[in-house]
Amino acid sequence: MDEKSKIRSRRSFLKGSAAMMAGTVVAGSARANEADPLITELQDWASSTGVGVDETPYGMPISYESHVVRRNVEWLTADPISSINFTPIHALDGTITPQGCAFERHHSGAIELRKEDYRLMINGLVDRELIFTYEDLERFPRENHVYFCECAANTGMEWAGAQLNGAQFTHGMIHNMEYTGVPLRALLNEVGADISSDKWVYVEGADASSNGRSIPMEKALDDVLVAFKANGEALRMEHGYPVRLVVPGWEGNMWVKWLRRIEVSDMPVESREETSKYTDVLEDGSARKWTWVMDAKSVITSPSPQMPIKHGPGQMVISGLAWSGHGQITRVDVSKDGGITWETARLGKQGDTKALTRFYLDTNWDGAPMLLQARAMDDTGYVQPTKDQLRAQRGENSVYHNNCIQTWYVNTKGVAENVEVS
Amino acid sequence: MSKFLNLSIPVFGGIALLIGLAFGMSSRDHNASKIETLETRLEQVSEHAANSAEETKVQANRASELEAKLADIEVVYAELAKRGSSLTEPAPSIPDTLGIGRTAHPNEIAAWDVDVLPDGRGLPDGSGDVFTGEEVFAEKCAACHGDFAEGVDNWPVLAGGFDTLADKDPVKTVGSYWPHLSTAWDYINRSMPFGAAGTLTPDETYAIVAYILYSNDLVDDDFELSKDNFSEFEMYNKDGFVIDDRPNAEYAKWQAEPCMSDCKDEVQVTMRSVFLVDTPPEGGSDSVPNMATIDGLPSFTKDGPSFIPVEDEKPAEEKVEKASLATSSQEVAGAADLIKAGKKVFKKCSACHQVGDKAKNRSGPILNGIVGRTFGTVDGFKYSNVFKAAAEEGRAWDEASLAEFLKKPKAYMKKTKMSFSGLKKDEDLKAIIEYLKSTGQ
Repeated sequence: MDEKSKIRSRRSFLKGSAAMMAGTVVAGSARANEADPLITELQDWASSTGVGVDETPYGMPISYESHVVRRNVEWLTADPISSINFTPIHALDGTITPQGCAFERHHSGAIELRKEDYRLMINGLVDRELIFTYEDLERFPRENHVYFCECAANTGMEWAGAQLNGAQFTHGMIHNMEYTGVPLRALLNEVGADISSDKWVYVEGADASSNGRSIPMEKALDDVLVAFKANGEALRMEHGYPVRLVVPGWEGNMWVKWLRRIEVSDMPVESREETSKYTDVLEDGSARKWTWVMDAKSVITSPSPQMPIKHGPGQMVISGLAWSGHGQITRVDVSKDGGITWETARLGKQGDTKALTRFYLDTNWDGAPMLLQARAMDDTGYVQPTKDQLRAQRGENSVYHNNCIQTWYVNTKGVAENVEVS
Repeated sequence: MSKFLNLSIPVFGGIALLIGLAFGMSSRDHNASKIETLETRLEQVSEHAANSAEETKVQANRASELEAKLADIEVVYAELAKRGSSLTEPAPSIPDTLGIGRTAHPNEIAAWDVDVLPDGRGLPDGSGDVFTGEEVFAEKCAACHGDFAEGVDNWPVLAGGFDTLADKDPVKTVGSYWPHLSTAWDYINRSMPFGAAGTLTPDETYAIVAYILYSNDLVDDDFELSKDNFSEFEMYNKDGFVIDDRPNAEYAKWQAEPCMSDCKDEVQVTMRSVFLVDTPPEGGSDSVPNMATIDGLPSFTKDGPSFIPVEDEKPAEEKVEKASLATSSQEVAGAADLIKAGKKVFKKCSACHQVGDKAKNRSGPILNGIVGRTFGTVDGFKYSNVFKAAAEEGRAWDEASLAEFLKKPKAYMKKTKMSFSGLKKDEDLKAIIEYLKSTGQ
């Protein structure tokens, strides 16, 4: 096939697709040529009996959904024990991430720690150095909150340009759950901690990686939770069962799993994870540290490379997620032409702070190629930047905190691909 | 507020009537009965006015009470809106303690509170020199980090990389990047070696840190690191960090009301995804290089794409073929597939074990021809006592014993040095044994 015949003019195409759409509408409202046997023939499931109760005492998704799973990209890390996988955000809707498909990130593997063997030590600049058991934690007044947890390296590959083809792989280091837990400030109160503003709390996990991070006292007293339930049930092993820290809006590495120790101190520890990792090298070779907050970000989850448009031109839903570590998402705009024109999308309920917000743009696709983008704004007035804006500010040596506007090229068949645009 | 205004109208009305009557009176003949009537009326009106004023006052008070309540409610709502995803009322703040928890024993604190601060606080007594460090490093670290701390495969490089931080791919090592020596000591002491964390003695840790400094050319070969000289050591990149300056550098800039139309003249695709990512039904992903180029993609203006490319039908067909192939190969899944699967499982072992012609002993022995071989008999590997004992007994590995060992190493060979926790899935065990059988002698 020669190039000329491949390339039709936009005008003739649009005419064609308009005709096609008109055809679809007629077919949709008119009587079908043949009766659908799924309707006219007695189906097995409508005649014989199904599965009884208790067949699966803890239910799993139906087998038809078995592709909606976390997935690893093996070559990204040296070993699956110290690695990351990705939430299938492309295939989910709403805002809550089911625990079973919420991304995992371990530095020394996920450990099995019984509630009975769980101990939490709080020491350092406190009146009383105390040990709490799991049952002790359940005796403190507790709260419920929905928060997103995003790895600082989410979208990190994409600093080097469009790399991985799928929202799961470019933006899947995120999950959003309803946590039940005790405010950290209640525990600090119990031990009589020195809560003056120049103090820090160092939080540490019980696994072999002994991941530890320093959190300034102001944040520790604000909204940090010592959580033991997620989405109503016990945390999963891979998310820190039985107890993890929840640090709303701040990078996932600080959400220490298998939390075993909290030390109040007069300076940050400057541990490995807050110096050699989770710092951001700028163009001149200097690096930012203590870049804790995850800035406002959004991504279109459908259509996306793993979620092509299958129905052809016509009415469709463009859907995605937006979030901000600073507070609420107030607006999401969607562009179909790579950022030349924008339309404001519909948002979920207002007031979700530091939590995923779902957005929808109900629209009509004419069947022409699209460059799909989403742009989030939060209640500080911050507008999600383009990749060019980020690079102009930080260079290209960063690993973390890439919150750029993502672009999907959607072709006439509805197939989407990760691209970078001018 | 509006309620209060409505209430005040009758009061003003009453006063106006009163004034009107007073004016009317002065221009008329005096008529006693009329005066009387008017006086009575006046009294009534004044009384009414007084009552009204009183009532108004009550109503006004009530209104301002309601207003205050409304303000309170608004504050609560604002607080609720601010909290948003707070699904419960905030936990009550407790002035005193609740008496929960028990006092920590000093030995407990000593066991867990081992972090080391940048100023050296938290370091235990001890010391270690470069020479000792080299030996310890070779035994405990080099399998992943290389004999010269240069890093094996994807494992971290610990040495070199000086003056690369401003390059395209900066090499961030302990020498070139880490700002505090305490970080290295603290991390190695608590989290290394991978799979045997927390087993190093303080002297070993001092020695390893000394060796890493030496491998970075930061100290001479006669250097000894100790608690006493620790805080004197200044790292190369100690001044390389700034505290998060996004609020000034970025947030202040990226606040403008965003453009909604005619934001650009033209947009072009400058790069397509480097990899296409297959997502097989069994899980994981396969990255396949994307051969497509940006040629043949339209550019975009406000009028839409510059042209409409006709998409090839072919790739879709190929995909179908590939999918059906996959199904048929699954049906005839035999030893070859099992070996392939086993090779994948072996990645979990490859940090410590090697197979193949060029295999060397690392922190674990070479595994060539393990099935059928006597326990603990690879030349040049320092086995733990349990393996030495098994070797003396002449026990040999067969598929069953290997499966049992790999399922739960520490249950099968108590006190083995191998820190691997075990393969949980039977299909993984089957696959890895098939793979190990295929690796020859």
